[in-house]
Amino acid sequence: MSDNISAGGGPTEPILGSEGTQERLDELAAARRTRLTALGEWWEALPRLAQWAIMLPAVAVIFLLPVINPPILTTEPGNDWPLACFDMARFALVALGLNVVVGQAGLLDLGYVGFFAVGSYVAALWTSPDSTLVHIPYLWTLPLAMVVTVVFGVILGIPTLRLRGDYLAIVTLGFGEIIRLLATIVPALRGQVGFQEVGHPPGPDEGAVPLFANSHGTPWYMLTVAVIIVVMMLLGNIERSRVGRAWIAIREDEDAAEIMGVPTFKFKVWAFATGAAIGGLSGALFAGQVGFVNNQKFDVVTSVLFLCAVILGGSGNKLGVVLGGALVSYIPLRFTAIADYKYLIFGVALVLLMLFRSQGLIGARSHLLTYARTARQRTVEIVRSRPPRDTSAEEVA
Amino acid sequence: MSDEIPLVISDDAEPDAPPPLDSEVAELAAAERDIAVDVGEKLLEIDNLSVRFGGLAALDSVSFDIRRGEILGLIGPNGAGKTTCFNAMTGVYRPSSGEVRLEGESLARKKQHAITRLGLARTFQNIRLWGDMTALENVAVGLDTRHHTSLFGAMLRLPRHVREERSAIDRGMALLEFVGIADAAMTRASALPYGHQRRLEIARALATDPKLLCLDEPAAGFNPAEKDNLMELIRSIRAEGYTVLLIEHDMRLVMNVTDRIVVLEFGKKLAEGTPAEIRENPAVISAYLGEEADDDGAA
Repeated sequence: MSDNISAGGGPTEPILGSEGTQERLDELAAARRTRLTALGEWWEALPRLAQWAIMLPAVAVIFLLPVINPPILTTEPGNDWPLACFDMARFALVALGLNVVVGQAGLLDLGYVGFFAVGSYVAALWTSPDSTLVHIPYLWTLPLAMVVTVVFGVILGIPTLRLRGDYLAIVTLGFGEIIRLLATIVPALRGQVGFQEVGHPPGPDEGAVPLFANSHGTPWYMLTVAVIIVVMMLLGNIERSRVGRAWIAIREDEDAAEIMGVPTFKFKVWAFATGAAIGGLSGALFAGQVGFVNNQKFDVVTSVLFLCAVILGGSGNKLGVVLGGALVSYIPLRFTAIADYKYLIFGVALVLLMLFRSQGLIGARSHLLTYARTARQRTVEIVRSRPPRDTSAEEVA
Repeated sequence: MSDEIPLVISDDAEPDAPPPLDSEVAELAAAERDIAVDVGEKLLEIDNLSVRFGGLAALDSVSFDIRRGEILGLIGPNGAGKTTCFNAMTGVYRPSSGEVRLEGESLARKKQHAITRLGLARTFQNIRLWGDMTALENVAVGLDTRHHTSLFGAMLRLPRHVREERSAIDRGMALLEFVGIADAAMTRASALPYGHQRRLEIARALATDPKLLCLDEPAAGFNPAEKDNLMELIRSIRAEGYTVLLIEHDMRLVMNVTDRIVVLEFGKKLAEGTPAEIRENPAVISAYLGEEADDDGAA
């Protein structure tokens, strides 16, 4: 009797009747497959080495973008192309950081510009001659900006991350404004007068002009792209770990995550801190390139623009948000005639996107396992090793 | 016709049916668990537990124990307080009075995730998987309960992260195999068929390495054949050394799979005993099964 039961209904049989469950899954998957996901699957099926072989030339082209100055892409004569490239890279970096908070952990942050501002002010305070603080080399302000913004992120996060959804959004909106107002009110932050001659990285002088001068977009761009690549790799590692999985679980169903043993509050603070660090880093880079920091560049609208970059590119997808960030910066610089209407254009673009492609330009879900390849192989083996389906049910009866 | 397999009551009195999985899988699934099965010892004590919503007493001074290694059924008509009891145990609701103790340790004032880490895992009546994650990733989140990699460990891929991630794949696949959906490991949870989703919920709960597994109506929406499969799965879970608390409406399933049954009605405990005792209990028959004995009694 017990033999009979285990043969007929052993737990290794798919529960919804054995007939064609896997086939149906495959059909469903095929129906959803678009050209982009097919591309993604092709990419994943490639061996690591081949992926690198394709990626390296692509990275090289991206690095040399300001030098190549492609005729159709270029923003000239309206805007200096290398500087435009830097601006795109800066936005891409900001979008990467905001993506951790909004795209992965699902915490709507409308005050992200606050962290960007803190990073800028850190760079200014420790390098500008207008500041009375101890001066340190500019490159040291990059890690310092990250540390300081993490502190701000944790200070903001601990009281507010118990809130959810709209309430959290409102509080973060307030945070962004508080930072901007502090910059106006606190005398040491010099309000609208601001800080001149913010430092820059060392480099050989070409005549009297240093390599990282404010007008030289190319070196700043390359530095930022290098930072973006490192950040993307580190974020990728986090994504494919228990931290990344906890973030997605919180985004998908926070209560279920908590009940399944995920300390949601801790992981939300970690998400906030990670996002803040990247925001601060991009702020410090921005301050260095522009060479001037005052309270005028950190308004709510900039926060919304950052958010727009994340949603446009594909919330939750690293590559997507980098593209989104670059686009949000690029479009007004390229089409200077319509630059004044950029909020209108992005607004319409977002509405259209929500209607026709709500996951964003690149919306593929991210992988959350370090050894997903191993798992995929094993799954394939299991499916192959399974005996032909049609026999089992009949024979038992 | 698997739904015609006769249900033999005597079969569940002594669960000697060989678990239909190879021992290797079982070992992997249980790798980090200390199997201390002293059947009969109290694992969870529910002591005068009351939950009130305003003036309504959803649960009124309910007391019962769950002993290690048993399958305890919690039944009762709709609105009897079964799920409320569940939620009070797992920290979703704060009890108005009374206490829940796991191995003598009070669960009052413990956060929900801390209760899970102490060894009390559950599934949901209305499936609550993380739809955008694959089946294996869902299970991996459950496994993370026993992992300790920090943000920096993950970022820099420190040795512990590597070790934990490797074990997550091994144990996650073993658990999916255990519940019978390993072939769908890389499929998004929201794309899985309904029965697979229910099984995935069980795998995810088992991944947290619980001492007590609470199943909240795991057979809801199943046809008889699927219910038979589920019964087999619940038995093999117990055979692995887990204690199971089962909330279920389907009397045939409850009567066949449980060792003891607690009956709730209107937030109060109505009866407690073996399936045979419960089946004979006149108060239960009138309250739950209806006045006329139906085919449940005949089985």
